[in-house]
Amino acid sequence: MENANNKIEKWDLIIKPQSSWLSVDLVSIWKYRDLLMLLVKRDFVSVYKQTLLGPFWFIIQPVITTVIFTVIFGNLASISTDGIPPTLFYISGITLWAYFADCLTKTSNTFIANAAVFGKVYFPRLIVPLSVLISNLWKLGIQLVLFIAIWVYYLNISKAVSPNWTLLWLFPFLIIIMAGLGLGFGILISSLTTKYRDLTFLVGFGVQLLMYASPIVYPISALSPKMKFWLMLNPISSIIETFKYVFLGSGYFSGGALIYSFIFMLIILSTSVLIFNRVEKTFMDSV
Amino acid sequence: MGNTVIKVEGLGKQYRLGQVGSATFGADLKKFARRLQGKKEQPLDLGEENDRTKKGNSDIVWALKDINFSVTQGDVLGIIGRNGAGKSTLLKILSRTTSPTFGTYKVKGRIASLLEVGTGFHPDLTGRENVFLNGAILGMTKKEIALKFDEIVAFSGVERYIDTPVKRYSSGMYVRLAFAVAAHLEPEILIVDEVLAVGDAEFQKKCMGKMKAVSGEGRTVLFVSHQLGTIKSLCTKGLLLHNGTIQYSGSANEAVNYYLRSFTSMGSAPTNVTFTPKDNKRAQILDVKIYDVNQEQKLNFDVFEKIFIEIYYVLNEDISGLGVGLNIDRGGEILACSSDTDENPERLALRKKGVYKTIVQLPHPLKSGTYTISSIGIGITNVGGIDSHDNIFNFFVEENSFDPTFKSYSANRPGIMFASLKWETSFLEEV
Repeated sequence: MENANNKIEKWDLIIKPQSSWLSVDLVSIWKYRDLLMLLVKRDFVSVYKQTLLGPFWFIIQPVITTVIFTVIFGNLASISTDGIPPTLFYISGITLWAYFADCLTKTSNTFIANAAVFGKVYFPRLIVPLSVLISNLWKLGIQLVLFIAIWVYYLNISKAVSPNWTLLWLFPFLIIIMAGLGLGFGILISSLTTKYRDLTFLVGFGVQLLMYASPIVYPISALSPKMKFWLMLNPISSIIETFKYVFLGSGYFSGGALIYSFIFMLIILSTSVLIFNRVEKTFMDSV
Repeated sequence: MGNTVIKVEGLGKQYRLGQVGSATFGADLKKFARRLQGKKEQPLDLGEENDRTKKGNSDIVWALKDINFSVTQGDVLGIIGRNGAGKSTLLKILSRTTSPTFGTYKVKGRIASLLEVGTGFHPDLTGRENVFLNGAILGMTKKEIALKFDEIVAFSGVERYIDTPVKRYSSGMYVRLAFAVAAHLEPEILIVDEVLAVGDAEFQKKCMGKMKAVSGEGRTVLFVSHQLGTIKSLCTKGLLLHNGTIQYSGSANEAVNYYLRSFTSMGSAPTNVTFTPKDNKRAQILDVKIYDVNQEQKLNFDVFEKIFIEIYYVLNEDISGLGVGLNIDRGGEILACSSDTDENPERLALRKKGVYKTIVQLPHPLKSGTYTISSIGIGITNVGGIDSHDNIFNFFVEENSFDPTFKSYSANRPGIMFASLKWETSFLEEV
């Protein structure tokens, strides 16, 4: 699909069986921006319909997870938290991690979950996973409010918490890299699941494993140099560590590691978008 | 002539039969290895014609093959064909929900497809929210929807429930609202599947009116339907598909007629059945025909055509009390059982040895559908049959020459047979 000048006539749309790999139609995504926002609104409204607590559920989840982590990893296993109060340490990791995990799992079934709609009408398919990223931002926002409340509390009572205020501007970039990674992995899986359904079983389990391979419940400083090297290959590690470095003053900050994560994100995202774009044209024949 | 807005060249679509999509990882690896060695991919051209009644040798079929046509602005193109002819596949490619395997497809202008109504409706959202969401999915901007919102709601007739979640709607209200959104799309090219067959009669008429209005505005419409009458009344051009190829392309009327003729020429569907005479029978049916008022033998009839059955039979001796009769079935249910002595008891008198001819006109008009002359027989009334044959003809009655909406012989109306009832309505007084 490309806008092209035919020799004699001008066509708005030309469809051929094999268009080039690089024919991602960003223009039409922009044209459908209203649909993007309406899908976000749909997710937002439909989640709270017929619930008593509404958005409050978004708070309960990280609170309980933090309590469990504090008991198991803090008290029972006595894993170091770099001198940071355990509650604050765990919730800072959980908040950012949850955004990544949600983006990944909810975009990973894009094709299968939307087969009914995709089979009936054409619109740029990328709109759907993009709307998931934006919908999840709202949830992230609510959880960040919780995090900030706890953070401010400990900022006042604990001397161990000493934010690196000058690096606060990095925060939006951390979110962007997280979103990009979540989207990249998510749509890659969704493209592959149209053919190999096995991957759907792997997603939930894989995300859980990946959490333990990221410095969420332990600080990277607690690891041996060799382990640290392997862990930093995980693009999420530097994001979590930078977040902790900026807000808590603990953790490991390296510009190089952050750039690595960023480039990793760009590569996985562009590869996934290309694959996604290719799959979207014929997936109706195999779903 | 206007300019060409759609051009389809050499379009083809192949499907692999069997376990589509569940290809093994191993098979993919082999394919990849072949490609690495610089060998060509398995030739796709091995595919066979898409005739589902025959068992093929190849596991690749052409759902569509070598489709070429173009549509000029303002055309209303009706796409017809039997089930499995490739209508849906063509529609899917034209509406971009799947890609062709071969060929190109070019479009000028904004295109919107309506393969079903209410795509993307979310049960928890209110009518209002769904109008916006569905409109956006169909390609409208929020601003466009907002401008037409009142019009959409008025058309749907569900004003009162517009802020209620659609899961509380009756199915009729749901469909009305969904169609209302679709009806207010304003693309230059509209692709419509048989979505008109929804809702009650009143709403159907509204939909038909809207379709006519849309085509009257000079917009291009591609329309797929089984209702040949609708195609004739709505479309200017017709495209007849058969087993994945274009069998006829021309005016809508011609395409429909061609389609009907092709039905008749189908193999195992004779319009004349003869039986070899045997001497040992007292009486025997020799020959049966089915034809219209001009004695043209055929199996496809319009609702308004009169249908005749002609029966030749022979009596090998003088017989009294003899009658000849037949049963008409629709969908396995006997609609009528009639004999030539029913209204004329004097025929029960002795009939001489010899050959006889009987012509019977079937009930008229028959509602559209597939009918069977399930039995023809001769026998002695109240005693027993002498000779009979089952399932002689299958014939079709279709609504071609008129728009069946609001007519009691419309297939959509309940009731087994058409009955012409006399109504008297008079104005009494002003109030």
